[in-house]
Amino acid sequence: MTIDNPNYAYPARSTKRRGINLEKAGWIFMRVSGVVLIVLIFGHLFYNLMWTPGGIQAIDFGFVGGKFANPFWQWYDVIMLWLAIIHGSNGVRTIVNDYVHNKTVRGVLLWAILLAGAVLIVLGTLITFTFDPCPTGASAELLPSFCADL
Amino acid sequence: MTEATKETPAPNAEIEEEIETVVEIDEAEEAPQSFTVTLNIRRYDPEVDDEPRWVDYDVEMYPTERILDALHRIKWEQDPTLAFRRSCAHGICGSDAMRINGRNRLACKALVKDFDISRPVYVEAIKGLPLEKDLIVDMEPFFDSYREIQPFLQASSKPERERHQTIEQRARFDDTTKCILCAACTTSCPVFWTDGQYFGPAAIVNAHRFIFDSRDEASQVRLDILNDREGVWRCRTTFNCTDACPRGIEVTKAIAEVKQAMMRGVKL
Repeated sequence: MTIDNPNYAYPARSTKRRGINLEKAGWIFMRVSGVVLIVLIFGHLFYNLMWTPGGIQAIDFGFVGGKFANPFWQWYDVIMLWLAIIHGSNGVRTIVNDYVHNKTVRGVLLWAILLAGAVLIVLGTLITFTFDPCPTGASAELLPSFCADL
Repeated sequence: MTEATKETPAPNAEIEEEIETVVEIDEAEEAPQSFTVTLNIRRYDPEVDDEPRWVDYDVEMYPTERILDALHRIKWEQDPTLAFRRSCAHGICGSDAMRINGRNRLACKALVKDFDISRPVYVEAIKGLPLEKDLIVDMEPFFDSYREIQPFLQASSKPERERHQTIEQRARFDDTTKCILCAACTTSCPVFWTDGQYFGPAAIVNAHRFIFDSRDEASQVRLDILNDREGVWRCRTTFNCTDACPRGIEVTKAIAEVKQAMMRGVKL
């Protein structure tokens, strides 16, 4: 091998290095967001299922509407949404990078993950901040009963 | 020599007899029993085969022998076309890493008695590097990664006298000095299997050896090289490398220490 080809292309990888490299930031993000998510998710479960009288039976449209009317819970849920979606998407990206050998398939899957994550974050954020349980002008049949009292 | 002893009259016939019996008993007790081992070897001849094929060989073996001895016996007595690398045959040169019963090991350190010989022992080339013939792979991509991390001492002072180190400073990177570049770790890594672009555990181990060396001045250069899309951050800590290392290097730990050094700086 060495005798046949003394001018072996070297180093193989350096030539392909291009663009900014976020791998270190991604690695740190995964660990930090993981810890924060444990706190946020268990806080969410504790508030909804144990703190609230009636537990899971009490969770209905009105309960969620009430939470979305409170800026604290809006920000709580939005932070949880962003961290969870980015954490999950990056995790799946890693799995795709590790296991999908075909370059084209890998490209398609990575873009699909990015698209899915972006759509979920945009829609989730929009709904959290603009949620209105009793939109004006809507048919009364489609609205919850408490809207009539407003 | 033996004849001369026989001709000489024994000074004490009884003692002579006793010694002989003792020797006989020893031989009877220690006489190693040979047994037949079936080796299933993944053969590939690029000039004949389209695909690698499994071929089985029956070899008469002793429990103290190694898989490398079985391969020798096959090559010398049964099929001289069998191709494999070996050099020192004592676990130092790192030539004969292969996948034996699904695990990367050195054939010269794998004792026959440690395998379940009631079933065939499967031997194949290490995975993730281009297969050239039988148990031989192209090691160049592996050595490319190794060369890229600059595996040599870089110090600006003139080498006029020894560069002193305390025992603690030397111990800091002792584990990673043990690497013999056999590629057992890198070719057991599922991330390396994907496309062979990942630097691989062996390159990171050898970078670790110099990054944490108090005499070296290019630690940051190596950290920058490994802070790559295909560098240390691709490690999934599956510990395959640590399990595969025939030298017992804690490879995954070394990779984790390099990651820590990238975030918090090198702590010697």
